[in-house]
Amino acid sequence: MRRDRSGLAALLPYAWLLVFFGFPVLLVARLSLSDTALAMPPYAPRIDWSAGVAGLRAFLAGLDLETYARLAADRLYLDAYASSLRISATATVLLLLVGYPMAWGIVRCRPRLRSALVLAVILPFWTSFLIRIYAWIAILKPAGLLNAVLGAAGLPPVDLLNTEAAVILGLVYAYLPFMVLPLYAVLERRDERLVEAARDLGAGPLRAFWTVTFPLSLPGVAAGALLCFIPMAGEFVVPDLLGGSEPLMLGRVIWTEFFANRDWPAASAVAIALLATLLVPILLFERQPRRVLG
Amino acid sequence: MRRGPSAFGVAAIGLGLLFLYAPIAILVLYSFNDGRLVTVWSGFSLRWYRALFHDRQMLEAIWTTLRVGALSATMATGLGALAAVALARAGRFRGRTGLAGMIYGALVMPEVILGLSLLLLFVAAGVPRGFWTVTLSHATLTLCYATVVVQARLASFDPRLEEAARDLGRTPWQAFLTVTLPNIAPAVAAAWMLAFTLSLDDLVIASFTSGPGATTLPMRIYSQVRLGVNPEINAVSTLLIGAVATGVIGAWLIQQRRARRA
Repeated sequence: MRRDRSGLAALLPYAWLLVFFGFPVLLVARLSLSDTALAMPPYAPRIDWSAGVAGLRAFLAGLDLETYARLAADRLYLDAYASSLRISATATVLLLLVGYPMAWGIVRCRPRLRSALVLAVILPFWTSFLIRIYAWIAILKPAGLLNAVLGAAGLPPVDLLNTEAAVILGLVYAYLPFMVLPLYAVLERRDERLVEAARDLGAGPLRAFWTVTFPLSLPGVAAGALLCFIPMAGEFVVPDLLGGSEPLMLGRVIWTEFFANRDWPAASAVAIALLATLLVPILLFERQPRRVLG
Repeated sequence: MRRGPSAFGVAAIGLGLLFLYAPIAILVLYSFNDGRLVTVWSGFSLRWYRALFHDRQMLEAIWTTLRVGALSATMATGLGALAAVALARAGRFRGRTGLAGMIYGALVMPEVILGLSLLLLFVAAGVPRGFWTVTLSHATLTLCYATVVVQARLASFDPRLEEAARDLGRTPWQAFLTVTLPNIAPAVAAAWMLAFTLSLDDLVIASFTSGPGATTLPMRIYSQVRLGVNPEINAVSTLLIGAVATGVIGAWLIQQRRARRA
């Protein structure tokens, strides 16, 4: 057997990701241990390379958990943390409820139609995220299209914009393709004979689905749920455009700390706290269901 | 055995697609509205498109975005294809877990964290933020997507074809160029398109890593949207959606025709 040297192809992307992904995440961790300072860049301590080992030691001595303590003592951050997780969990459940029937319906179509429907689901994912969320502002705002329709039907108006419901709606809308695709991928590969066997043994269609098809599609459910939950927990655009000042989500907190308050250590500490929370789902995502995406 | 979706399935697909497309359709429709309001239809007009073509800042942002997108997509596709070859072909090599971990990690990482970390990198390195920092950042984000797309294609491509070429005396590099590459070319093209559109689309990472003089279209749109719904944004959005949809549907039709001929 020949020696396979394809592994060498990994060198360049590996080095790239170390420089532009691995190392920068470490920088965020380091900065979260620093303090804010009136300087540019606005944090201290910084390594004084000219002082050699003594400078490095002084730098390490200057690092502490003060920023984390400051954040943990502030209700605002704890609320934002809790509402981020609550909102993304709710949206994930809704995505499953909307996405599963869609994926199931598509799988049951003729192959040519199936491929067109999959394209129809993917297409919005290719068109701008920002623009698709912007489109909802015109629908949800008090004098918007939704209330015009409700008014024409003689129903009382609703004020959805700048509420938690609007954020959840926006998340479900934006992430629907990410949920449907992994579900479609597992359902498409299902073995129809297993369902037939269940039917032959006397199970009704619902029972056959619930005891055979659904359990076999669980890897897709897991992949879709993780693929949506993780980025949604740190989402910025949706809560910012549809949520107004309430509810606060961590993605927006990081943004505000950084751009408005210029508190870089706080932004970094929030980012690290979010990352630590998402680490378990990220590792789960990397392990098991990735072949579903292929 | 009965084929085809049940009434429930048809309803799920129909409502799901309505949910996905109604907001986009409304957005496109109101870009042709003569009035400023988004709820009152006051006649067909192209005035917002005319306004758009006289908006120098918007045109500059479009030009910047296209250049960032093309450059970063090219870098991302090259790097992503290399990573895909290594992951799909090399079996277990040292660093495989690390590479896959970083790729899937960056893929799901919230964009605010990616943006913040890249910004800190550029600050630490003393690089002034601008066109190149956004381009490098976008290449990093999109290379993960490019890897997944190419890797999926490589996984379904029979490696024995490449081995046959090598048995017939080709070097590994020649075998790759003459056998594997033509076979994965559609996936490489798809990866480039995906990387390009993701770059066109990105607000968060660009906001962190861009500097003065390199405002991208999403950044421009975002600053306008903060001021409220504006029909000119509808017009530029319609053009963007039209361009992307034409590209994606065109690619799909070509692929369908190929598949039928094969």
